[in-house]
Amino acid sequence: MTRPKGAFIRNTTATRLNHWFTAACFVLLTLSGMSMFHPLLFWMSGLFGGGQWTRAVHPWIGIALLLSYFGLVVQFWRDNLWNKDDLAWTLAIDRVLANKEEDVPPVGRFNAGQKFVFWSMALLIPVLFFTGLVIWEVYFASYTSIETQRVALLTHSLAAIAAIIVWIIHVYAAIWVRGSMRAMTQGWVTPGWAWRHHRKWLRQLVATGSMGPRPRAEPRRVRKQS
Amino acid sequence: MSNLQSQDYIRISASTLTPPSIRNHQAEVAKLIDVTRCIGCKACQAACMEWNDLRSDVGYFEGTYDNPLDLGPSTWTLMRFSEYEDGKGDLEWLIRKDGCMHCEDPGCLKACPAPGAIVQYANGIVDFISENCIGCGYCVKGCPFNIPRISKVDHKSYKCTLCSDRVDVGLEPACVKACPTGAIMFGSKADMTHWAGERIEDLKSRGFANAGLYDPPGVSGTHVMYVLHHADKPSIYSGLPDNPRISNFVSAWKGLLKPVALAGVVMAAVSGILHWVIEGPNEVEPGDEMAARRLIDDTAEQKLADPHRSPDELT
Repeated sequence: MTRPKGAFIRNTTATRLNHWFTAACFVLLTLSGMSMFHPLLFWMSGLFGGGQWTRAVHPWIGIALLLSYFGLVVQFWRDNLWNKDDLAWTLAIDRVLANKEEDVPPVGRFNAGQKFVFWSMALLIPVLFFTGLVIWEVYFASYTSIETQRVALLTHSLAAIAAIIVWIIHVYAAIWVRGSMRAMTQGWVTPGWAWRHHRKWLRQLVATGSMGPRPRAEPRRVRKQS
Repeated sequence: MSNLQSQDYIRISASTLTPPSIRNHQAEVAKLIDVTRCIGCKACQAACMEWNDLRSDVGYFEGTYDNPLDLGPSTWTLMRFSEYEDGKGDLEWLIRKDGCMHCEDPGCLKACPAPGAIVQYANGIVDFISENCIGCGYCVKGCPFNIPRISKVDHKSYKCTLCSDRVDVGLEPACVKACPTGAIMFGSKADMTHWAGERIEDLKSRGFANAGLYDPPGVSGTHVMYVLHHADKPSIYSGLPDNPRISNFVSAWKGLLKPVALAGVVMAAVSGILHWVIEGPNEVEPGDEMAARRLIDDTAEQKLADPHRSPDELT
């Protein structure tokens, strides 16, 4: 990690690898899934070696995504629990969108928007997984009735569209809030970034002498930083 | 089947293009299966296997005349036998030749995501173009009659073609040719409907008051029709659907959801671009860095002054 002196660790190397594996799975699933959803997008099946290959590989990538996202849930769930700061932040969403963050109530490691993305995916990915199993023709076609499979197909499509829209919000937010992309590529943020976007998180880190991503359980004597 | 009649398509799966319509004088065809004349000899099944080079695996015996027990990727037509006891305690042996109904409004074609894997010819035949099939099984969900079967060998979907290759060169389907009692007829849909009408009159005069033609309007009619002695109760014929129609789940998924979903995705992306243009990026300002620096330095100084203070007092 090429972290400059004084910068805080936002995401560890393991977290970043986990995140980008999940992201790769999600993009591949979106491309292959959309190619089987709308005829206008069927050409994208060519990226996977044709329709038969797209149909065959899509569910396996889905399994990889489920496992990978589970890894993210284990790492992130605690800091994504809802608290009263989130309501205050959500009520100030107009100022968030207007980049007037000095008027927005301070939040911890994640704001309500990030928590929304996290929990949306935590809900949608299992829904996609289980409905996906029902419509996985090769292995599971004989286990459920055709009517059940029809419901599963519709649910799978709805959940997929919802997940794609949540993903677009997630990607745009990372582009819009400068410094967030580096937090997930190189892993670090400047103290000013933490102050501006996650002030309570910064205060916890500083108070416990941690460089991130989470405060120390045991406070430590702090050396003066230069 | 193979792609023999591409200029005759009137519907193409997963296609936003208008199908070719050069040849528009074709009569709509229909196969008429007169259940009341069927003796259950299975000559139609044998003829279907012969013409289409199909041999399903040898199955097992389960105490019924149905052999094999179900339609399959290598069994495109199947005699289904049911013993029906009417209200008077009389037993009737109802034998129905099951297979693709060649719907005028085909649910399989609506559901199919692979361009040109399912087509409908101008003569009404619904055909699977196997080289385009991706094996997803959506046609199985689209079909109101539970007909298509996916091969575990080549992962493609198969069903009766109505012998589209024979019909194309002016022959009747193989099952029609083989039927020894004339229970299976083939011709234009108008002729078959007319012929069925005469037969139904005859049946009514012989005590089958509910005799009728099965040409279900829920799928805009079919190009395989049945003459039934009990047209008021199609389901007694081994579960022939009373009122088949494309499932609402399939209609929603393939109808409303497709444009709404694409619009939703595009709107989300456009909203992002508009926000970028109107509000621009959220940059960390020099003041933020200074404030953070001050917090870090103040904390460090307090800690140095009194290392035993708890962190809670600092914030």
